[in-house]
Amino acid sequence: MSAITPERTGVTTQTIEGGQPVRLAPNYWPFVVPALVVVGAVIVFPWAFTLWMSVNRWTLGQSRSFAGMENYLRLASDARFWESLWHTLTYTFLSVAAPMLFGTVAALIFDAKFPLRGLLRGVFVMPMMATPVAVALVWTMMFHPQLGVLNYLLSLVGIPSQEWIFNANTVIPSLVAVETWQWTPLVMLIVLGGLASVPREPFESAEIDGANVWQQFRYLTLPMIAPFLMIAVIIRSIDALKSFDIIYAMTQGGPGTASETINIYLYNTAFSYYDIGYGSAMAVVFFIVIVALSFILLMLRQRSQWIDQEGK
Amino acid sequence: MSSRIFNRIGLFFAALVLVSPAILFFLWMISLSLKFEIDNGAYPPIFIPERLAWSNYAKVFEENNFLLYLWNSVLVTGTATLLALLIGVPAGYGIARLKAERSAVVIMIARMTPGLSYLIPLFLLFQWLGILGTLWPQIIIHLVVTVPIVVWVMIGYFETTPMELEEAANIDGASAWQVFRLVALPIAKPGIVVAFILSVIFSWNNFVFGVVLASRETRTLPVAVYNMLSYEQVSWGPLAAAALVVTLPVLVLTMFAQRQIVAGLTAGAVKGG
Repeated sequence: MSAITPERTGVTTQTIEGGQPVRLAPNYWPFVVPALVVVGAVIVFPWAFTLWMSVNRWTLGQSRSFAGMENYLRLASDARFWESLWHTLTYTFLSVAAPMLFGTVAALIFDAKFPLRGLLRGVFVMPMMATPVAVALVWTMMFHPQLGVLNYLLSLVGIPSQEWIFNANTVIPSLVAVETWQWTPLVMLIVLGGLASVPREPFESAEIDGANVWQQFRYLTLPMIAPFLMIAVIIRSIDALKSFDIIYAMTQGGPGTASETINIYLYNTAFSYYDIGYGSAMAVVFFIVIVALSFILLMLRQRSQWIDQEGK
Repeated sequence: MSSRIFNRIGLFFAALVLVSPAILFFLWMISLSLKFEIDNGAYPPIFIPERLAWSNYAKVFEENNFLLYLWNSVLVTGTATLLALLIGVPAGYGIARLKAERSAVVIMIARMTPGLSYLIPLFLLFQWLGILGTLWPQIIIHLVVTVPIVVWVMIGYFETTPMELEEAANIDGASAWQVFRLVALPIAKPGIVVAFILSVIFSWNNFVFGVVLASRETRTLPVAVYNMLSYEQVSWGPLAAAALVVTLPVLVLTMFAQRQIVAGLTAGAVKGG
């Protein structure tokens, strides 16, 4: 660079005290400004407004008054809120664990070569692209206790009929089944990306040393794709915590409140009871829960990387 | 050698087992949508009926205003995606060149925020502006979905495009805008295609914004199909047909653009950490 003089290039330069010409980097900020404005309008403004509403007593159609921390205190003693928090955590745990298991297995298979791989992978990805509400409607019909195809399939292998989403004890696992059906492909894609970055040589020498397939997976593949698994866990956790479409379209939180997650309770509070102030407080706490959980997972990821490095 | 062929056949069948829940689900969806009530209520269930009920599809469009809702969906998704490209492609370029990885955190936060927490304040804002009866509230709020996707994909893409050409143009005296417009943008076409497809899919599928903001005339397809469930006495054939009509455009897009979608999602997701 130093060989290029200002006279030759015509690019704006400035001279630092040493006399060395330095080419100014082009100004890239104007490219970002429009997006910043939009982000400010549709993301930052709503956040500020939500915080403000959460410290007000405000039901739509009635007058508003300042409430301080009242809404937050009400949350702390709201049994329905704690119950919905519990549902959310159960739902999230199951909706992360099951897709992680199936998605990793699927990635290992799709990483290998076999006939029609591209086509099958394409079909495998389709559930996550399908419209969740449409998917939910069809699952609702399949879960039907009398006419649903799932109970018929169970009867073929001698398992008694289930009530699926119509029973308080089975509603969450049933919803998780749908969530797993839809989002396993995302885990598969992320892990597949990880597997693509795994080098071949260690496996060749491991094979020479007589390591079997399980040992190769356990001691070579798994540590190498661990960062990708962690990313999949984080993304899946965030999405599962926020899950709305499937739950709302299939059960609306029912039967009773058996599948009411925070997101559903929040919706009901704000848009069925129009209790905007209380709903906003719930939104703030919900967001804190999501951020806290993501943060914990990120910390775990960092730690696993340290352990990795110390191991070397 | 023969064990390798054996292996491949084994893998093929393992993959087939993995894919079967997806295949069976969609086949059953088609089957439901093409059966008359009698066949849908039969036990044991009938997979391929003797008479196909194409009338279910006709019913969806005739009785439920579906053409209007289809048009609404096209307008909302189309406008929100185009606006997002207009804003998000330059932004992705700027962020990639500034190496401002921190700004990606904003996008991550946008991903973490539940859609409902945008909805309460924006709902009040739209009400105050008096535009609740139009499609604009939905178009604007869909930007929450589309802009982060486009920016995300484009940051990833511009980070991989070579800097040499841009530097050369820069040295020849081109302005930053000219470099972007004439050098960076033409190379970025594949990335833009990926951003466009993903943005269309996730905007099209969105339900929660419409369920709050849409009135009778401004429903998008996912809301319309959900409303069919609550207002009609539920007859499965037309309902399944409606569900298929809603999701078919997205599935067709997925089939044709599989490669790009996989590339975009892997890149985007992997950068997500």
